[in-house]
Amino acid sequence: MNEHASVPLSIEPERYEFREARAYVFELTRRDLFKFLGAGALVLCATPKATALQESGREQHRNESLPKEIGAWLHIGEDGKVTVFTGKVEVGQNIRTSLTQAVAEELHVPVAQIEMIMGDTLLTPFDMGTFGSRTTPTMNLQLRKVSATACDLLKDIAAKIWNVEVNRLVAANGKITDPASKSSATYGELLKGREFAQLIPDQDPLLPPTDWKIAGKPLAKVDGRDFVTGAHKFPSDQKRPGMLYGKVVRASKFQAKLTSADSSVAEKMPGVVVVRDGEFIGVAAPSEELATRAAAAIKTEWDAEPQPSSKTVFDYLRKNPEARENKTALPPQNSPAKIGGGSQQHSATYTVAYIAHTPLEPRAALAEWDADKLTVWTGTQRPFGVREELASAFHIPQENVHVLMPDTGSGYGGKHTGETAIEAARLARAAKKPVKVIWTRKEEFTWAYFRPAGVIDIRAAVGSDGKLEFWEFTNFNSGGSGLNSPYAIEVRTEKFQPTKYPLRQGSYRGLAATANHFARESFMDELAHQAKIDPLEFRLKNLKDDRLRAVFEAAAKKFGWPAAKKSSGQGFGIAGGVEKGGYVATCAEVAVDKSTGSVRVVRVVTAFECGAIVNPDGLRNQVEGSNIMGLGGALFETIEFEDGRILNAAFSKYRVPRFKDVPAIETVLVDRKDIPSAGAGETPIVGVAPAIGNAIFDATSVRLRSLPMVPDGLKLS
Amino acid sequence: MARVSSLLVNGVARKVDADSQSSLLSVLREQLDLTGTKYGCGEGQCGACTVLIDGVPRRSCLTPLGDGDGKSITTIEGLAKDGHLHPVQEAFLAEEAMQCAYCTSGMIMSAVGLLRTDANPTQSKIKDALEGNICRCGTHPRIIAAVQRAARTMKGGTP
Repeated sequence: MNEHASVPLSIEPERYEFREARAYVFELTRRDLFKFLGAGALVLCATPKATALQESGREQHRNESLPKEIGAWLHIGEDGKVTVFTGKVEVGQNIRTSLTQAVAEELHVPVAQIEMIMGDTLLTPFDMGTFGSRTTPTMNLQLRKVSATACDLLKDIAAKIWNVEVNRLVAANGKITDPASKSSATYGELLKGREFAQLIPDQDPLLPPTDWKIAGKPLAKVDGRDFVTGAHKFPSDQKRPGMLYGKVVRASKFQAKLTSADSSVAEKMPGVVVVRDGEFIGVAAPSEELATRAAAAIKTEWDAEPQPSSKTVFDYLRKNPEARENKTALPPQNSPAKIGGGSQQHSATYTVAYIAHTPLEPRAALAEWDADKLTVWTGTQRPFGVREELASAFHIPQENVHVLMPDTGSGYGGKHTGETAIEAARLARAAKKPVKVIWTRKEEFTWAYFRPAGVIDIRAAVGSDGKLEFWEFTNFNSGGSGLNSPYAIEVRTEKFQPTKYPLRQGSYRGLAATANHFARESFMDELAHQAKIDPLEFRLKNLKDDRLRAVFEAAAKKFGWPAAKKSSGQGFGIAGGVEKGGYVATCAEVAVDKSTGSVRVVRVVTAFECGAIVNPDGLRNQVEGSNIMGLGGALFETIEFEDGRILNAAFSKYRVPRFKDVPAIETVLVDRKDIPSAGAGETPIVGVAPAIGNAIFDATSVRLRSLPMVPDGLKLS
Repeated sequence: MARVSSLLVNGVARKVDADSQSSLLSVLREQLDLTGTKYGCGEGQCGACTVLIDGVPRRSCLTPLGDGDGKSITTIEGLAKDGHLHPVQEAFLAEEAMQCAYCTSGMIMSAVGLLRTDANPTQSKIKDALEGNICRCGTHPRIIAAVQRAARTMKGGTP
């Protein structure tokens, strides 16, 4: 694997609630692990940081303790069963399957023999969280390394037993075989009654992608049957003996202070436990229905300051800059004075609304105390982060908190936090019984966090040769991801201006790359039309990045760009970009009914390249999913709010894409086996909105500069 | 208030104890541990809670328990027979028609309901039948393909 092409960790800690991970203290020793797992082979993968510490001699390990910086580990038992431990979690992006595939490939075992333990803070190594499309570039590689090492270990054991050269042995189908002597033994047989442990650094050689046999091909979801039969227990399905259901009494507005509360009626309800602790008021009861009634019976009064509305939010963001250092801006290069006489200048302002993630499974947690030890089952993309939140909320050591993450009903960047875990744990402590809290859809729409709204100003100049000469781009509030233009521009200033903001905000699939690409790629279309150059040709003229050129050309070819219009309401648009190591280009066809203003996306073609492809079927699913999710934010999703209240906190008032909104989707996957795999869960979303907006312009000559573009249909004046 | 004490679920008479106005969804999940039926919105907008009542798809979150009294209720757990998956379940697996799969139970129940009344639905009929089921992961094209595949196999054709 090439080291030079590794993708830097591109997250935005200052904007997106991520905190630096504390030094991790292991509860388990090597002895504990064998006791728990039984005899066999244990291979652990150290992260580069741990290796460096060891090599520098600054960190010595006693025989029985494990290093603090472990990425993943794997155990092969006497029965040949392979158990893999990773702190990553499954929220529908299908990594349980793609990581299983990686292990099967390197360890040469059937997929059915592998079990993945994921996101369990007691059993799995520390992990900062499942976000930023990092699983495939990091965890996939670590598990490949661990598996390859385990396979070598097994060969060594067999070579010693049979007293033969190790390099003549072959590993396949869970067995080591000596083709010469025909000796053969399963992994379980080789490990009977033995204990082997090995710690490996993060940089061992691996099978190059061209030699992949199982990975790189489609593999069905490993536990698919549990989902089609309803057997899988999502976080909201978890149950414990004697469990109660919890409800929290919510503030009347955001940032409101509790001034009075009367819970006398609720307290008299049989079986109901009422908890009041500072601003927190909640109840626990033997049924969800009773808990809901009890919470509703508590009379509260709240005091809050006036707050901005969705109608005034863009003005508010622009007028409330924060003086914080802007870490994502490139320093201004050259001065705009260089613009030539034949240049055309143009400027525009784009906006994006607050939108909600609306994972179909709302936030849920089940908490249980045993004296001062807390166990919580919850749906989160950051189980270790939630452990820290719980430890801090209850003033207990992190070692006393065990967070488990059952495969969850999606997240899209919206489940980085532990609200329900804390609520359930607080209620459970008072009730002295396990308590489960499942947020209602209204709570999920109100008390979760949102994709930030933003305002983007762009100014640019294009020379008479059609080349970009000058580029000035300022994003207020929505974020720095995807801020920098991939086009070759000599004079450029690109900055992200943090501001005060009226709603709780955080990560979303693709972070701000969606907003920044919408603005940039729509504006590129404006410039192309102004310069009277075909939008694809204009992009290619200004593009030196070969990987981005390649996806633009692949999408255009599949789409048939430039396409001839067959009817007056028909329009075609193209857009693309680079984000998190993935390259995307999207072509869209829309049909606009000019009498009613209805806009229908008819067809979307996406070309995507993220290095070597691990699981093409899973990748296609992610690209299609990104397109459909992106369609909602592009056309109609918007959070309406006023004075600290959400006005449309229901699916009947907040429109998400449904079957009839879904266009024909074609995906072109560009497989680059010579380039390390990047993640793919996010980047394919960024081209959708601008491609649709550009197609609407093509159909109607109306330029839409706000997301969502047509919440109430297109207004043609 | 009227109480309901028994419910015919997946062919078995089950003991329950709840007010007839309680939601069918809450009783299935809390009292019968049939958690394959999901809560998604509580207002009949997302379809995650879909069950069949006498073969007809219904939103169990808005269905009072009393409406299920004396009728035959089928949940996702009751589709497989003797360890054999229902053709719609098989088709969802074959088409890999799920990502996070939280919507899958409701999608499958709506599709089973559709195929009971229309053995050969057009794509537009499938979209009509599933329009009330939300999938946030964007698996729609594969779900349509799965329903089409199930229709073919249920008629005895090749997948």
